[in-house]
Amino acid sequence: MSEPEHEEDLGRAYDHQLVRRLTAYLRPYRWQVAFAVLVTLAQAAVQLTFPWLTKEAIDLGIRHRDLYALDRIALLYLVALLAAFALGYLQSQIMQGVAQRVMRDLRTSLFRKLQELPASYYDRNPIGRLMTRVTNDVDVLNEMFTSGVDALFGDIFMLIGIVFAMAQLNVELLAVTFSVLPLIFAVTMTFRAKVRRVFRDVRSKLARLNSFLNENLSGMTTVQLLGREERNAAQFRQINAEHRDANLLANTYHAVFFPLLEIVSAIALSLIVWYGGRQVMWTGITLGTLVAFIQYTQRFFRPISDLSEKYGILQQAMASSERIFALLDTPSDPASADFSRPAPVRPARGEGAAGAGLSVEFENVWFAYGGEHWVLKNVSFRVEAGEKVALVGATGSGKSTIASLLLRFYSPQRGTIRVDGRPLQEWDAEALRQRVGLVLQDVFLFSGPIESNLRMDDPALSRETVVRSAHEVHAHEFIERLPGQYDGELRERGASLSAGEKQLLSFARTLARDPDLLILDEATSSVDTHTEQLIQDGLHRLMRDRTSLVIAHRLSTIQDVDRIVVLHHGEVRETGTHAELMALEGLYSRLYQLQYLGGRRGSARAEAEVSSTDI
Amino acid sequence: MLCVAAANLVSLAQPQVLRFAVDDLYEGVTAEKLGRYAIMLFAIAVFAGVFKYLMRQFIIAISRRLEYELRGELFEHLQTLDAPWLQSHRTGEVMSIATNDLSAVRMMLGPGVMYTVNTIIVSVVSIAFMVAISPRLTFYSLLPLPIVSLCVWWFGDRIHKRFEGVQERFARLSAHVQENLAGMRVVRAFTSERRQAERFAEHNSDYLRQNLDLIRTSGVFQPSLAFFSGLGALLVVWVGGREAVHGRITIGQFVAFTVYLGMLNWPMVALGWVINLFQRGLASYARINAILDTAPGISSAPAASRPAAARGDIEFCHLTFTYPGAAEPALHDVSFRVPAGSTVALVGRTGSGKSTVLSLLPRVFDPPPGTVFLDGVDVRELDLPWLRSQLSPAPQETFLFSATVAENIAYGVPGHDAEAIRGAAALASLDEDVRGFPDGYETRVGERGITLSGGQKQRAAIARAVLRGSPVLLLDDCLSAVDTQTEETILHGLRREMRRRTALLVSHRVSSVRDADEILVFERGRIVERGRHDELLALDGRYAALHRAQQLEEEIEAS
Repeated sequence: MSEPEHEEDLGRAYDHQLVRRLTAYLRPYRWQVAFAVLVTLAQAAVQLTFPWLTKEAIDLGIRHRDLYALDRIALLYLVALLAAFALGYLQSQIMQGVAQRVMRDLRTSLFRKLQELPASYYDRNPIGRLMTRVTNDVDVLNEMFTSGVDALFGDIFMLIGIVFAMAQLNVELLAVTFSVLPLIFAVTMTFRAKVRRVFRDVRSKLARLNSFLNENLSGMTTVQLLGREERNAAQFRQINAEHRDANLLANTYHAVFFPLLEIVSAIALSLIVWYGGRQVMWTGITLGTLVAFIQYTQRFFRPISDLSEKYGILQQAMASSERIFALLDTPSDPASADFSRPAPVRPARGEGAAGAGLSVEFENVWFAYGGEHWVLKNVSFRVEAGEKVALVGATGSGKSTIASLLLRFYSPQRGTIRVDGRPLQEWDAEALRQRVGLVLQDVFLFSGPIESNLRMDDPALSRETVVRSAHEVHAHEFIERLPGQYDGELRERGASLSAGEKQLLSFARTLARDPDLLILDEATSSVDTHTEQLIQDGLHRLMRDRTSLVIAHRLSTIQDVDRIVVLHHGEVRETGTHAELMALEGLYSRLYQLQYLGGRRGSARAEAEVSSTDI
Repeated sequence: MLCVAAANLVSLAQPQVLRFAVDDLYEGVTAEKLGRYAIMLFAIAVFAGVFKYLMRQFIIAISRRLEYELRGELFEHLQTLDAPWLQSHRTGEVMSIATNDLSAVRMMLGPGVMYTVNTIIVSVVSIAFMVAISPRLTFYSLLPLPIVSLCVWWFGDRIHKRFEGVQERFARLSAHVQENLAGMRVVRAFTSERRQAERFAEHNSDYLRQNLDLIRTSGVFQPSLAFFSGLGALLVVWVGGREAVHGRITIGQFVAFTVYLGMLNWPMVALGWVINLFQRGLASYARINAILDTAPGISSAPAASRPAAARGDIEFCHLTFTYPGAAEPALHDVSFRVPAGSTVALVGRTGSGKSTVLSLLPRVFDPPPGTVFLDGVDVRELDLPWLRSQLSPAPQETFLFSATVAENIAYGVPGHDAEAIRGAAALASLDEDVRGFPDGYETRVGERGITLSGGQKQRAAIARAVLRGSPVLLLDDCLSAVDTQTEETILHGLRREMRRRTALLVSHRVSSVRDADEILVFERGRIVERGRHDELLALDGRYAALHRAQQLEEEIEAS
């Protein structure tokens, strides 16, 4: 559920560096912000007129029995009310509008950053954590903007205004009233620390409660099979009770804090009545002044009791922005999309390449995902333009890594990879990827219409192209049967489709882009015989007229290629045509026999494979 | 209730004191009298404070206790629900009921009740006082107040709906990010980063629009409240001022009146809010009750038998089983017997029905009556907790809880000791791994601890099954993520265990099943070959082909 880090690392409420970076996001809206500040000031000023108007009503109107003055004051009161309404509305619209736009800009920056981070970053950081940055952490900032900072600003101004107004009325009475201020600070400070601690406790207890619940719901079958229900219920009762008690403690603090504040404000009131009353009698301050004083005092105490809550919001916001900026500061992958320029235009087929396709060359390539555990050891091979080459080897032999390196998801530690004769690092990563088609074993589809999945949202591809490609690889047939056909919505990850259908869709979306170089990691999932035949034929058509590098699992695919490279434990062990390698009676011929016998993937599949290769 | 009443009654005396003080001031007063008024004001505040304290302690505390009870009841009920129910309800949905809905119910019972009582008492008493001062003035000044309540109720509802809209857009935005991150390689390979960013921008703007929509509504709300309650104050100043000028009320009464009106403000706001709390709370309560009213689909029969200890004799008899909601049966006419103390192995492709067989014995799913027997008794006739206590399952996908390694191994085994845990771990070849962990057996796994590899998880599951020591072992392909050599070691240790118990063993590796007393080959829910290892090799069918392929695979791996 919620990450533990959120609960613990509350630090400073104000960090100059972070605030500077945050204000940079406010710059595009500086005029709105300036206007909002003005409105806030005006708003506070209007709020201050109400007690003053009450005073005038008593002193000028009632005590002097002046009905005309009373009418005038009532009219002013109405004007002030309308002004307060208008200003209040304006302030919330401008300030919150700016806050929401700043949040949008921050999310955009974060999302772009995520598109630029190196693949290795994703190996280290679980998706859930990254999601938290874009969503929750930005939302915490949102809360600061909407309920914290601008209100804080208004409050402080209001407090200053009240002190000023009270000083105008009577300095001596102000001094008497403010003699309770130390009391307020003492009460607020004592409780602030306690309440913060107890609320943190409540939050962490709730997080524990929810993660326990979540875990037990996910693992309920295990719980039931192992007969742990009673012990878990006892454990839950304990966590539940701890949560309840933390809440009860928080409630006790609240129950003490609020009445205590009221008592303090009653002391102020008593002082005003006692001291001010004497003054009314002997030094002649007016009764209206006294009433206005009482009202100002009441308006003074409310913002003060809110301050501690706002302090907490500020702290959380600082912690969140620190995490957000840490992510934004992570160095980007040099081979990532550059958002500062438009996407390179995809060249027409065969442009710049000799004939149909791009050549590929691996020269003494060494690669490890980290440390000294070499996944590829001194790998060298060459694929001519237009040639079809199969990579064959057992699981863990390094085949899939070759595809990742070719697309520049990772860079080799040693050696050179060339595409079309040029070293990979000299290629613009986007230009390269636009000419390469990738079909992965585990087909990833996006939720949304089938057509946009096939186009991959590429505006340069027409619907005709997409439908033609689907026809070509036999995907059209089943798409037509789906509700909505090409406009039919796919669920997340294409959950409603069978493994074979997903394969055919991934063929179609790759063929639609008509790549110069095809990298294909063949799926091993078992499908029925009919679909198997469709996939075989689709594959054959996909590989036609382009350079193809296939990580092959099916005999029919292997027999369709010009040359086979056999990888074993990260090394190239054999190279040649099917016939040559069979004659060699080495690793390949044994792998071939294994395929023939079916291996782990079961006998039924093996039979299907055999029948489709027997000519 | 009494506290609420007392707290409010005492507070409501405050304006009266003010009234007398002001009137006396107007007419002339002694310092002594003023001092008495000041002390009275202070004393009232203290009394009111004490009662407000008691009120919060009482009502809010009750709601917290009720929340605790309800949550406990919900959890215990969830534990009785069967696998089919749990599979048809997403964890997120159930979680939302156990958190959001529960909290809505609590808000209704706590603050909801407290403010309702508060509002009623404050309104009745202060209106009574106000009427006593001047019925006419009361009428005028109260005119705008019901509008305040209406405002809160009307806006509250709309704001809540818009807020739900915001949440929904937020969910879409999150889903897009989630999908983008999960499909990052495809996105990059197809150079779709820009298009993905555009799509994100659309969702982002949509979310912004919805937020601005919310702000437009909520932005009117607060100032409207202030306006309408201010209007009441204005009427008091204007109308009340006239009354005072004409001498129909005293200045003190005028001041007291403004204070009463101020006191009525918050209860009126609360009234509208409380109505929303009750609306949401009742809807949530209905959702919680829907779960509490769900009877478990799989439970012990009324007169379930509970023998001392099972011998471990298992029989499947003409078992045909279809998953709830599925069109095709997953198992067709499966019959076999596992005599107590023997080992039967099930082999076959993924989806051939092996794991289904294993899940029917502990009634994760319910087999048809008269098809699955333990010691000659239909499993449906046995007491469910007893039945499950006689079985030690080790699944392929192990669920580990965020607890220590030791606790995970001893999960479901009451009264374990450290020595036994270590012994079980050693038998599962896990002991050495655990000793390498930072805190050994006390190392936490899961969310806040270390992550175990697939093989380590499987070995933990085996250790768990061994420690459990029930008469029947159910090993469901629980060595698939372990390398061949470790598998050999574990099997060697397990064989001793298996001789003492009945074992059902699912595997895709011939090497792990060759010593079984009987091997059943499954295909599409049927048993297609059965016999001992050498019998099946002699048959030269599917099992023999699998055997040859795996031998070859080992050779290749070794080369």
